[in-house]
Amino acid sequence: MAAMLQSFGVASASVAVSDHSIKLPAFSAPVIRSEARSISSPILGTRKTGKVTTKAVAAKAENPASAASKPGHELLLFEALREGLEEEMDRDPRVCVMGEDVGHYGGSYKVTKGLAEKYGDLRVLDTPIAENSFTGMAIGAAMTGLRPIVEGMNMGFLLLAFNQISDNCGMLHYTSGGQFTIPTVIRGPGGVGRQLGAEHSQRLESYFQSIPGIQMVACSTPYNAKGLMKAAIRSENPVVLFEHVLLYNLKERIPDEEYVLSLEEAEMVRPGEHITILTYSRMRYHVMQAAKTLVNKGYDPEVIDIRSLKPFDLYTIGNSVKKTHRVLIVEECMRTGGIGASLTAAINENFHDYLDAPIVCLSSQDVPTPYAGTLEEWTVVQPAQIVAAVEQLCQ
Amino acid sequence: MAQIIHRSTNLLKTVSAMRHLTTASTTPITVETSLPFTGHNIEPPSRSVETTPQELLSFFRDMVLMRRMEIAADSLYKAKLIRGFCHLYDGQEAVAVGMEAAITKKDCIITAYRDHCIFLGRGGTLMDAFAELMGRKDGCSKGKGGSMHFYKKESGFYGGHGIVGAQVPLGCGLAFAQKYSKDENVTFSMYGDGAANQGQLFEALNMAALWDLPAIFVCENNHYGMGTAEWRAAKSPAYYKRGDYVPGLKEITKSLSCETSMQVAKEHALKNGPIILKWTPTGIHELHVRPWKQYRTRVRLLVVLDRTLKRNRKEMRKGWMKSLQKLRI
Repeated sequence: MAAMLQSFGVASASVAVSDHSIKLPAFSAPVIRSEARSISSPILGTRKTGKVTTKAVAAKAENPASAASKPGHELLLFEALREGLEEEMDRDPRVCVMGEDVGHYGGSYKVTKGLAEKYGDLRVLDTPIAENSFTGMAIGAAMTGLRPIVEGMNMGFLLLAFNQISDNCGMLHYTSGGQFTIPTVIRGPGGVGRQLGAEHSQRLESYFQSIPGIQMVACSTPYNAKGLMKAAIRSENPVVLFEHVLLYNLKERIPDEEYVLSLEEAEMVRPGEHITILTYSRMRYHVMQAAKTLVNKGYDPEVIDIRSLKPFDLYTIGNSVKKTHRVLIVEECMRTGGIGASLTAAINENFHDYLDAPIVCLSSQDVPTPYAGTLEEWTVVQPAQIVAAVEQLCQ
Repeated sequence: MAQIIHRSTNLLKTVSAMRHLTTASTTPITVETSLPFTGHNIEPPSRSVETTPQELLSFFRDMVLMRRMEIAADSLYKAKLIRGFCHLYDGQEAVAVGMEAAITKKDCIITAYRDHCIFLGRGGTLMDAFAELMGRKDGCSKGKGGSMHFYKKESGFYGGHGIVGAQVPLGCGLAFAQKYSKDENVTFSMYGDGAANQGQLFEALNMAALWDLPAIFVCENNHYGMGTAEWRAAKSPAYYKRGDYVPGLKEITKSLSCETSMQVAKEHALKNGPIILKWTPTGIHELHVRPWKQYRTRVRLLVVLDRTLKRNRKEMRKGWMKSLQKLRI
């Protein structure tokens, strides 16, 4: 199993990552992944039209090796996002993008590069620096039937639009008695970057998670970035798509044919027996690096990228807990009130009897992210800490 | 207090008597609005308005219906059958009625929480409104929204929003969608003098002007933002001028002048982009009904109420047609 696995670590240099291309793992074990092989035949049970599903159902992909055997094309994560965006804009004329620098500048992380020339200034709208009102504007437009995508230049800036996201985006469907749906996608990079300072290194998933009415997903690879982007745009619910500043230059080979992922599913990164490690976004790579060390030491961790931050894919997670009986959560969110805290509560509530040890949650320190590089490193979870935690849990 | 009630029932009697009057002719008559318009960066429309007796009568009927609804809602609120918040629109009905007269159901209206009468104007029924206010599933939002969340999607009424000022960027978005779909309609984003101090308003104005969105910003100035009087909250109460580069129109509320300015605004918005309209209705009710607190002294309230009703009744006795013109409805 370990030999088949291609894993690598994101240690310090983000650019170095692009040298290691992620091969799509060809597992012999069942892969919990949803893959629409053609756009017209979604896998039943995972693609629901309309409302939020509280119970995510993961279906077995019938041909797990098929994607890996097809040639596909290689691209970077931001290009994958752009590809997904472009395909959706081609498919539906109501899809439009608005945000700061998305148009002529091409997007501060190049996600919307070239789109303004192709679709025009109205469809790829450069907004003034007014997050509150352009998010509100997107929601107003969504009320009439448009499908806007709001780009926050950095997720932290969207705090200015919190009222619009919470009240109007999340709750309008309910308070209007179902008259309006708000099919917006709010996306942007967040997370701790390369010494960006406290205000530009925020993790907003913990602040948004309580908002009733929105869905949250976090992408971590080019493959799931494109799939989640497309799913988010097609969803009738408001979706917040969390990207990570340091992951934009990841390279991967993705399929040529069109595919859409499920918004409520988790991804099995590495099946295992001894312990379940739940993670998302950038910490996935720290976990995989730790997994290399752990495997050498004789442990067999099961790594799941939860992807769906709200609602949690308790089906996949539950199956894993029932198998391994130990859970470690590794996240970049703050310890207090973070995604890990909610996940711990959810697993304890639902799968308490299957646990052999208390759930351990490794999160970032509850401090503003320092500027100094060495200090910044110590506020986020490092692979060494993950290894230590697994060793302790598996005693 | 008993005298007021007595007089108000008399007024209502007059209304019901009027229902027997057949709808008047449609011969056009010209009425002059009570005060001239003031314009900012725009030529104000003329004071003479052409209308018909039938239109005047329909205005009057709608306004009285709205007034009665709001008074009834007030009684229900004080009887604790309507809970939470109940923001009443009596005294401001002319804005709603005048607006409806100038536009179609394809144009969009969005407002804050003082939305009961706008909902009626957009085609909502009294049943929908009261059921919603009292939390019943037959309400327009299935009882899930309450007083502050009336919506009517098919008539282009987008609510009904609780947070002061948050509806203005939404209105900007509605206008954006109209421009995107290239349908020749406009959006009316309504807000009050309290919301006029919100930053998101200026952000929305900037964006609407930047992209020439067909947005009309309607400020209903009832001189109070929540509990604080206007002169204590706003340095410049000339809200119609606050758009700076966006033209503005100002008038005291009467429905005919409302209608005129809304028509002018609609033409302007379709051609040139956003415009601000400012109304100064004389709201009778506390802007935010809290039974234990009054914003204006009781005496002043009663005086206003008394004067309005007395004036109306006198006019009715003289001959309703003439009185309607005199009231410059």
